[in-house]
Amino acid sequence: MSIFKVGELLPSKTYIVNRASLVTYANASGDQNPIHQDEAFAKSVGLENVIAHGMYTMGLVGQYVSSMAGSSSKVREFSARFTKPVVVPAGVNVELVVSATVVELTDEVARLEITATCNQVKVLGMAKAVILL
Amino acid sequence: MLNPDLVGRTFAGATSTTITAESIAAFALALGEPETHLAPPTFAITISLEQSQSVLVESGLDWSRVVHGDQRFSIYKQLVAGMQIQCDSTIESARVMAGNEIITVRSDLIESGETAVSSWSTLVFRA
Repeated sequence: MSIFKVGELLPSKTYIVNRASLVTYANASGDQNPIHQDEAFAKSVGLENVIAHGMYTMGLVGQYVSSMAGSSSKVREFSARFTKPVVVPAGVNVELVVSATVVELTDEVARLEITATCNQVKVLGMAKAVILL
Repeated sequence: MLNPDLVGRTFAGATSTTITAESIAAFALALGEPETHLAPPTFAITISLEQSQSVLVESGLDWSRVVHGDQRFSIYKQLVAGMQIQCDSTIESARVMAGNEIITVRSDLIESGETAVSSWSTLVFRA
């Protein structure tokens, strides 16, 4: 028997994104694009400020999915569209709020539709996951 | 512009990558993941995006113009330390919208002859 119910809204989690966490992610992922670290560079290419790596945002959402599934080893499918950048001004802890709804259950898996917002604005579109029960 | 003849072509990775415990732990810690011995669901990007980049740059695209449009992973086998991964990338589609080139690349992370993770990246090359 599943611990989930179809239509159930899973508890939300909040992740903090700041300049230091962007550097940590850049080092861990190997993505050293300066738009994620260097404010002057980001502005020189027309961005409002430094923005988070899309894959960092998606990675944090992946952590949410793993935590709901009970382990990262239970995540089978995971997808998202990068619709809005997560802007990270210096000295600010930006809050990424993640929640999900269970949209389908089978004997083996649950399908989740995920919402990720910063300042009440959705930053990912079509975010979905399939987790093993 | 990408040569349309390249759509559907698979580029085999030239070298294989051995996944280390340190690389998994660093990636997991960066995401606040307590299970630092298991590759998080998005870990495959650390291997797949580099392969996609080298394929597209060799095909004449300007990586400095790229924006990540969307991303999908199918995970068939948990990635763990010690696995030797060969990464093959296939250009699945290419289209032009408002002057931007939108290219989807599927990268297959292959371990012992079997696909462990497939990663689809849609990359937008801005005009």
